[in-house]
Order: sequence, then C-alpha cells, then structure tokens
Amino acid sequence: MTRMNTIEATPELRREPAIRVQGLEKSYKELHVLRGVDFDVAAGSIFALLGSNGAGKTTIVRILSTLLRPDAGIAAVQGVEVTSDARRVRESISLTGQFAAVDEILSGRENLVLVAKLRHLKNPGDVADDLLAQFDLTDAGSRKVSTYSGGMRRRLDIAMSLIGEPEVIFLDEPTTGLDPEARLEVWKVVQELAEQGTTVLLTTQYLDEAEQLADRIAILHQGRIIANGTLAELKRLLPPAKTEYVEKQPTLEEVFLVLVGNNGTNESRKEQS
Amino acid sequence: MSTHFFADTAVLTGRSMRHITRSADTIITTAITPIALLLLFVFVFGGAIETGTDNYVNYLLPGIMLIAIASGIAYTAFRLFTDLQSGIFERFHSMPIARSSVLWAHVLTSMVANGLTLVIIVGVALLMGFRTSANLLAWLAAAGILALFTLALTWLAVIAGLTAKTVDGAGGFSYVLIFLPFISSAFVPTATMPGPVRVFAENQPVTSIVNSIQDLFAGQPVGRDIWIALAWCVGILLVAYGFAMAAYRRRIA
Repeated sequence: MTRMNTIEATPELRREPAIRVQGLEKSYKELHVLRGVDFDVAAGSIFALLGSNGAGKTTIVRILSTLLRPDAGIAAVQGVEVTSDARRVRESISLTGQFAAVDEILSGRENLVLVAKLRHLKNPGDVADDLLAQFDLTDAGSRKVSTYSGGMRRRLDIAMSLIGEPEVIFLDEPTTGLDPEARLEVWKVVQELAEQGTTVLLTTQYLDEAEQLADRIAILHQGRIIANGTLAELKRLLPPAKTEYVEKQPTLEEVFLVLVGNNGTNESRKEQS
Repeated sequence: MSTHFFADTAVLTGRSMRHITRSADTIITTAITPIALLLLFVFVFGGAIETGTDNYVNYLLPGIMLIAIASGIAYTAFRLFTDLQSGIFERFHSMPIARSSVLWAHVLTSMVANGLTLVIIVGVALLMGFRTSANLLAWLAAAGILALFTLALTWLAVIAGLTAKTVDGAGGFSYVLIFLPFISSAFVPTATMPGPVRVFAENQPVTSIVNSIQDLFAGQPVGRDIWIALAWCVGILLVAYGFAMAAYRRRIA
C-alpha cells in the first residue's frame, strides 16, 4: 500500500480519468486480440465499449479487473496501474462478468452477506437487507438463487458488485440473455449508479444499449478502437442505414411492453419477485 | 500473505461448508458406497477371506476409510470446477481479498467433510463389531495419517478441478484412487497374490497406510510401515501442491 503509481494528469484534463488505457496489447498464442487499445473514461461517467463477439471487449475488462495480465501497454484504474499494484486496483473496482457470478446454492441474502464479509464491512446483514430492498429482492431474499429468474439473478449479481461502494464498476455485457423488461431494470440501475458518481465501464453488442446509457461510446473492432465519442459525434460518422436500425429497436420494445401490458419497470419487478 | 487471509478463508470455508450441509446427499453418498463395501465384504465375502485375524471388520476398516477419502475428494474437484465455470471464482479474484484463501477454503472444506464421513463410517463399523484396543495416542496417530492422506489427495483434486474441461473430467481421476485399495492389503493380505501383483500391492502407498492404521487400531507397535506411509503422504502432498499451484498460476495469469 506504500507504493504510489500515479500517472501524471495531462495538462488539458483537469481531473485524472478514472480509467486510462494506452497501447494495450494482448495475444493468446497466435491470436492478437488487442492490438493497441487507447481510451480514457472520465470519473463519474458511463462509458460503453461496443463491439461484436470476439472483438476483445471481455479481454479489456479482464485486464482492468486484474484477472489477466496485458502483454504491453498501460491499464490504470483511479491512477493505479493494474500490473504494478493489483491489490490497490481491486480496492476501487467491482466486476460484473458476462454470466451472473452468483452462488446458486446460497440464498440471495447469503450471497450479499458473503460479499459484504469479504469486503470486511461492519454490518454485513444490514448491507444485505438494504440492497435486497433497493433491488426489489426482499421477498426472494431467503430463497435459493437457483430458483431465480434471469433478471433477478442479474439484479442480485449487480447488487453484489455494489457492496463496499466501489468507485469503478465493470459491467461485461450486463443485459445479454435478458428479456426486454429485465434489460430496462438493469439500465435503470446503471443510470442510478452514474448519478451517484460511480464510474461505469460497460461492454455491449447492442447498439441501443450504448445509445441509451453511455456518455461516451467507443467501438472496438479487430483489436483496436476505431471510433470514440459521444453519441452525437458518432452519429455523424455512421451511415444512415445503421442509424435507422438503431432507431427501430426501442420501438419494438415499446410494442412488446404494451402487448404484455407493462408500462414501467416497477410492475414487472413485482411480478418477478 | 494478506492480513485478511484467515478471516477471508473462514468466510469462504463457511460458504462451501454450506454447500455440503445444503446437499446432505454429498456426505451420505460419500459414506454410503464405502459402507456398502464394508457390509458386502464382512457379511458376504468375509467368511471366505483368511486374514489371520478373528475380526474381519477390524482388518477391513482402514482400507474402507481410504476408499471413502478417495471418493470424497472428487467432490472438492467438482466444487472448484463449478466455481470456475460459474464465474464466482473470478468475482472473488477481482475483490480485495487474500486470493489464496479461495483455494484454501476448498481444501479446508474437504478436510472437514471427509472427517465427517469417516466419523459416520467408524460409527457403522462399531455397530458391525469393530473393536479396538487403541489408546488415545494411537487414535491421534491414526487420525493424523488419515488427515495427511486427505490433504495430499485434496491437492490432487485441486489440480483436477483447476484443469478439467468438463464436469466428468473434474471427478473422473478419483476412480483410479478408489481402485488402489483393492490391490493392496486393505481387503486381503498380500501374501496370497501372484508375483507381479504382489510386488505392486506391497509397494504402493495404500498398503503401508492400511498396515499402519491396522496396527494402531489393534494396539500393536507400528513397524517401519508408518514411516513409509508418512513418506508417501508427504511426498504426494508436496508434488500435488506444486502442480496445483502451477495450474492455479496458469489459470489466473
């Protein structure tokens, strides 16, 4: 804890970015997954990493969450490089992986208590109860997670990630495999997180998800960032055909939600829990 | 080693112990096969087996215990494999905890679960007529060898759990271990076996462990068998631990 590996802020940035990635490279044997990735994520913002399957999104998240060592380049969180002081990085981050990393055999509440204890918090039980209430899981709290629906599981997964109030949260494809209602619930949680000042890096292959949530969007393609900007900036780059597709998606969801008789996320939550 | 190592290991051991108490069938399954073997060999084959002792349960119990441990550790490999598959292993590793406590929790759970299974088996054996003249020191020595054997095999299970590609692969290695006691002095004395089989039986780890525990339970002085048994257990433990840590480092690289 004594070593400081602070990266000096460049003059034009008044605040140091919460996440800094520079020249990041990673190969698996012959496969060059990352070929020099650069991006910064401002503190308290939502940053979406957009890319198709196999583009390297998960590899970036795994490097930033200290699970994988990069071959070259810089990956720093809150000014601390992941390769030089992984432990300090882990103090400030939380990872929600591609598949809900919850303990199926424990109850929802026990899962939360487990993480609270591992974060060495004083009142694990209270922390768990608060989060169950916040994520509309109070009724299901004592049930085994194996009985949960996909949406409930993902909510619990994210709730577990919030324990200990990490400054930076990584969400790796948080809505893949979820139905539209559960997706909206996750989106709401992510927006609330950012409002509270948490930095969120999320990966997605859904254009509308990036559009809905992100302050900035970077497109990862063949191991490099080929575009990085706000939605408005990117829209000027994209051909109109692609824009049409993006605009269609919410409409279908609206149709779906009207047909199944839901006008908000709260009601659907009650049904599920 | 982190300051939180013991606290984190305790929390994570509590978690996997809960997995066992939630699925009581784990303990029952690991106890039931050895108990079935015990019943089969004592009441069916036992009458035809000449061991030179008047009580075949006494002769058989140590070998049955080793079979129980060999099948019990397969669950450790299975639990570790499941943790890796479900992503919860990565969740723990991305948290500010003592990373090694994730593995040690599985190892401690294996020790406790196998200990419980052995207590059940000894209970059944007592009902079947197992009698011992062992004093406290002999009991402690027997428990110590069994604990060391469990620890060594558990680290083998950790290798399997970390490197397996499928659930079946994670548990499959234990069949070989379960089979070893059959070609040892566990069921019948090695003297009746044909040449090559006998050489194998007398020089594999199970025989020395079985002989030591038989002597301890009979209240007899243990010969050099106990040193051979200890050497095997410590040897397997060190090699397995080394390979397990190498597999672990590859896994988290």
